[in-house]
Amino acid sequence: MKETTPLANKESFTSKFSKKLRNAIFVDGATLKSTAKAYLYLLPALIIIVVFSIYPIFRSLQLAFYTDFNFFTREGFETGTDNFTYVLNSQTFHLSLRNTITFVIGVVPLTIIISLMIALAIHSVAKGTAFFRSIYFLPHITSTIAIATVFQWIFHTQSGILNYILSWFGIDPIAWLGHPDWAMPALIIMSVWSNLGFGTVLLLAGLQTIDKGLYLAAKVDGAGKWHRFTTVTLPMLSPTIFFLSITSVIGSFRIFGQIFALFRGPGTANSALTVVYFIYQQFWEVRNIPRASAAALVLFAIIFAITLVQMAVGKKLVHYK
Amino acid sequence: MNIQLQNLTMAFNNNPPTLKGINTTIKDGQLASLLGPSGCGKSTTLMLLAGLYKPTEGKILFGDKDVTNKEAEHRGIGMVFQNYALYPHLSVLKNIMFPLKMKKVPKAEAIERATKMAKLTQIDHLLDRKPGQLSGGQQQRVAIARALVKEPELLLLDEPLSNLDARLRLEMREEIRRIQLEVGITTIFVTHDQEEALSISDKVILMNDGEIIQEASPLDIYKTPNSIFSATFIGSPPINMIKDGDKILGIRPENLKPTAEANSKFSGTVTYRETIGRDTLIKVKCGENTLNALLETGDIVNFGDTVHLTAEKENIYNFDASTGRRV
Ligand SMILES: Nc1ncnc2c1ncn2[C@@H]1O[C@H](COP(=O)(O)OP(=O)(O)OP(=O)(O)O)[C@@H](O)[C@H]1O
Ligand SMILES: [Mg+2]
Repeated sequence: MKETTPLANKESFTSKFSKKLRNAIFVDGATLKSTAKAYLYLLPALIIIVVFSIYPIFRSLQLAFYTDFNFFTREGFETGTDNFTYVLNSQTFHLSLRNTITFVIGVVPLTIIISLMIALAIHSVAKGTAFFRSIYFLPHITSTIAIATVFQWIFHTQSGILNYILSWFGIDPIAWLGHPDWAMPALIIMSVWSNLGFGTVLLLAGLQTIDKGLYLAAKVDGAGKWHRFTTVTLPMLSPTIFFLSITSVIGSFRIFGQIFALFRGPGTANSALTVVYFIYQQFWEVRNIPRASAAALVLFAIIFAITLVQMAVGKKLVHYK
Repeated sequence: MNIQLQNLTMAFNNNPPTLKGINTTIKDGQLASLLGPSGCGKSTTLMLLAGLYKPTEGKILFGDKDVTNKEAEHRGIGMVFQNYALYPHLSVLKNIMFPLKMKKVPKAEAIERATKMAKLTQIDHLLDRKPGQLSGGQQQRVAIARALVKEPELLLLDEPLSNLDARLRLEMREEIRRIQLEVGITTIFVTHDQEEALSISDKVILMNDGEIIQEASPLDIYKTPNSIFSATFIGSPPINMIKDGDKILGIRPENLKPTAEANSKFSGTVTYRETIGRDTLIKVKCGENTLNALLETGDIVNFGDTVHLTAEKENIYNFDASTGRRV
């Protein structure tokens, strides 16, 4: 083996580092001028991200540790970890966390499975005309308030279409929005429906990238429909499904707007109180910003941990090209 | 198992037919190549044989069984696709084992048979790799092993060599022939490369525009072309075509020999000279025709020389100028 002096090592390290830095800032073949121009185009987006995402993250990190804080002057005095102690011991927070987890466990698999079924059905018939594409993307872009308003009608105990359909099967009217046991299912149904557009579009795009030759090969190898699905479609779609599961877990943990719009509150007996709703209550109703910030950080830690676990599991199951 | 195609016709949707009534028989244990220009219907024929397409008309017989309406997954054939179509998420071993898994062969036996096939195709040291980590030639062997592992009675190969570089193509086509003879399997090999077809097959089926133009052994199709198409498609450098009244004369370059002026059939000046391995290719301008002649090393001819060429009568093919058929 060739001997290298520590100095030579160090040099190669610094030159490697500066090369990496250059590659991070410059695109291949870009000049200083074209790079400056590119950053100028990016500036508006960067400013928005800094003001509405980056700054709030650091600000809430700071706020969470104030134990004495004036809501109106936004001034903090003493610091400590009391807010975290409060949040972690609060019965209401525990309830909100349980509700949120129930929601995530209900929404994510249903979203993925139903989106996949719809995507497969569409893929096998129409080759996705523009008309169809806008139809199934509609739930994704319709405002939450509009969706909730329609669902309030669908879920209505006396005149709702859902109870009407259920009555055909002899099922008594259900108080979807009023009864604590039915609030979470109602919320899950509505959320799954609003997620379907995004999920379907994503999975359809994934289906379209699958090499058709693999299906032919599987057929020749003697694979029937089911085996073609499990040996070609699922593995080839696994990166898309994985991406969808990560984004919908994160999105579902942040559920708030739908609850507000559907129940005009946290639901009967806090039955639809989720973590973000808890944060909202602490902020606007209790007016305790540090506590709201602490709860937000706890939620962040939970989402982060779960995403890490998903990534680790995903590495084993997902096939990347 | 003899393979028989009877009046096989295929029209996609409402388009004019791609295959216009193909009739042929491929004998048990033989390697037949389907040769023809791009778009002539070679892959379509193969897809029909595999059962991946259903013909508009006609029949396919495996032995004496009519399989025309049998689904691909039940025909039990082996097929190597042009792009190999290996399952990218499965290891080489699992790729080869897949057809056996579909046949519910016990796992231990499946592993044993797959390993045996991997040995035959000389990829047994790569069993744990994923297809993405293999070279083109190695991927092709995996595809062949996967096609052969279930011991099918028919092997279909759709331009399996077209993704490889020149050297590997030569190696792999010998390899395919070796494996085919060793297993003794009836094989249909699609190619648009005439040299490839001539070198490995027992029978060449020459197609053009959805029809079979000629089928014969490599030597016969080379020596006795039945049409202008056949004569010009096969052979490199290409055959000379000389207009002579309402006939066209075809003479292969290697059949044109230098001779004394008195015996000469064609005389002209050398406008081009090139050495191809052991032989020398010259172009000779005779009136309105430019003839290619392949000379042996002994005949020394230089650029600008006047040469006199002749050919034996049996090596001059006469074609009817209007029908393009041999007369
Ligand atoms: N699925 C299809 N739908 C409609 N037309 C098709 C289809 N498959 C093939 N064709 C047409 O049939 C003709 C023959 O195609 P085929 O793929 O059999 O040619 P080929 O001889 O294999 O050519 P190549 O050497 O380029 O692979 C072509 O004109 C092609 O456009
Ligand atoms: Mg083809």
